[in-house]
Amino acid sequence: MNIYEFQAKSIFSSFNIPVLSGEVAGNTEQALKIAERLGYPVVVKAQVHAGGRGKAGGVKLARGSDELERYAEDILKLKIKGLSVNYLLIEQAAEIDREFYLGIVLDRNSRKAVIIASREGGVEIEEVAKNIPHLIYKQYIDMEYGLLDFQAQLIGFEFFAEKEKALLVARILKSMYSIFVKKDATLLEINPLVITRDGRIIALDGKINFDDNSIYRNPDIEEFSLIDKKEDVERSAKEHGLSFIPLEGNIGCMVNGAGLAMATMDIIKKYGGEPANFLDIGGSSNPQKVIKAFEIILSDSNVKAIFINIFGGITRCDDVANGIISAYNQMSIKVPIVVRLTGTNAELAKKILSDSPLISASCMSEGARKAVELSRKGVSL
Amino acid sequence: MSILLEKESRVIVQGITGRDGSFHARRMKAYNTSIVGGVTPGKEGESLDGIPVFNSVEKAVRETGADISVIFVPARRAADAVFEAAGSGIKLVVVISEGIPVLDVARIIPYLEKYGARMIGPNSPGMISPGIGSLGIFPTNIVEKGCVGVISRSGTLTYEIVYNLTVQGYGQSTCIGVGGDQIIGMRFIDYLKLFEEDPQTEAVVLIGEIGGTDEQEAARYIRENMSKPVVSFIAGKTAPPGKRMGHAGAIISGGDNTAQAKIQILQENGITVINEPEEIGEAVGNLLS
Repeated sequence: MNIYEFQAKSIFSSFNIPVLSGEVAGNTEQALKIAERLGYPVVVKAQVHAGGRGKAGGVKLARGSDELERYAEDILKLKIKGLSVNYLLIEQAAEIDREFYLGIVLDRNSRKAVIIASREGGVEIEEVAKNIPHLIYKQYIDMEYGLLDFQAQLIGFEFFAEKEKALLVARILKSMYSIFVKKDATLLEINPLVITRDGRIIALDGKINFDDNSIYRNPDIEEFSLIDKKEDVERSAKEHGLSFIPLEGNIGCMVNGAGLAMATMDIIKKYGGEPANFLDIGGSSNPQKVIKAFEIILSDSNVKAIFINIFGGITRCDDVANGIISAYNQMSIKVPIVVRLTGTNAELAKKILSDSPLISASCMSEGARKAVELSRKGVSL
Repeated sequence: MSILLEKESRVIVQGITGRDGSFHARRMKAYNTSIVGGVTPGKEGESLDGIPVFNSVEKAVRETGADISVIFVPARRAADAVFEAAGSGIKLVVVISEGIPVLDVARIIPYLEKYGARMIGPNSPGMISPGIGSLGIFPTNIVEKGCVGVISRSGTLTYEIVYNLTVQGYGQSTCIGVGGDQIIGMRFIDYLKLFEEDPQTEAVVLIGEIGGTDEQEAARYIRENMSKPVVSFIAGKTAPPGKRMGHAGAIISGGDNTAQAKIQILQENGITVINEPEEIGEAVGNLLS
């Protein structure tokens, strides 16, 4: 789960990481009121779950209310990497002397948390890593002992020779690690961490990703996600135990298991079609779940055919077939449906489906080919 | 021979009185796996089809001599179940539970090392060695004893490919789901090493997906260390970047963990990569002949 910059900064503040004064606005009027309280100049920053917003025109310096009004209106109309901007962070402006990068990430290879630091901040760290790798400092954290003082200080002295400043950086790192562990983050970045012309060290921008599996023990983090009304379909799928991601194509997919669901998308593409979604219904044959899956797939008007690909392992194919039939009978579905059921009790399932208008396929490639063909014809049942 | 599980192994099931635990304990036993006990705190003295239930792994190990544990404990208590197993002398922990907080898994890793235990998973379907036994939830009716070792990050996709192997005439030595989470215990190269040493295994099928770099590490390892042929399938060629495709570990976060990048590195290291699951039999056949 991701949160917005202003939310990340509220967490930073509560862990004593210095940030600039600022507040979030949902419209221009609120933005103007906040700026009045803070005093001009202010910086207007688009709040989106995507990088590269500066280049997209999502960050502006406003010296007065006229400028702020204009920028706020413009930014609220922006689409940044396809995402609309619903919130603005209005923040005090600061004169920046130097920019740094500080990050903690859970590293899959070493299976440890790693501190990543660089004196080249403000740009994408992947670029620095690729082009000037010698400017990246890493400290692996032993999960049993946590971030040790000396490790944090090593990074501090990489940034500043002056003891007071180096220790402040170390303190910020310790706070970052506390957030990482206490709130179950998988990635935490301050980019850039800046030193201002007047010598203050400040987290100018921040990003935190949280582990979805740990949300149950971090109710405060879950609250953060509630301000987003977008991605309604994905959320409602999740509530029904379905894993769903919309895509651009026109063949709806319903599959049990995430790996098989990806392989199903791939095989549709291989036979010349385009998948409309990723949808994993999990291990259940529960008709209610299948109905919900149909509803979600059909909420996309691009869908011209549906391919149901089920491998019955523990799940019995006849149970799944019954679930599909009862869901189908309760709904009015106009697009052709190709069903492929293999594994436990597949023969029984075939019998159940043979009396229905559903088109059966005996293997994955046959199912994919039929679905692609039907999506082109645009036939209806 | 198979890997990790032997006829002489003694297996317990943690969470044996739960819905999934009891269902699959019975199935594993029906497949002639040597299930010698189960653990559910507070239910000692009960039994499940003659399998004795204990309050703790420590007691179960003392009474039964168990060396393997299969964990069906719900996600919120599963990490502790793994600590308990390793700390009580279990040498192989198979974690079926899905949804364990990833930082808890990161803390488990050094603990396992300290106690000399190995872990399959978490978020794994477990493993099956046809004719020897099953540890987890693998469907027993799609496998057949043979010479192909299978390792995979997935569940049903693995069944799909194993089913194709079986109907196309290629039985398996051992099939393993390594787990779909960001951090897992044993990884591809750990299993490849075991398959290379296993006399029953003549070829290996490696089923990967987007996210992480385990397939890339495996590709290099295979070229440098393996004499047995390996065939691979990678899922997620059409997956968009930045979206988690079901598994916690399946997310494209940089250029080198896309399906295309993985396929390229596998091929560059001399590994056959198939385009769809049904091609598996032919590919394995070509390499074995």
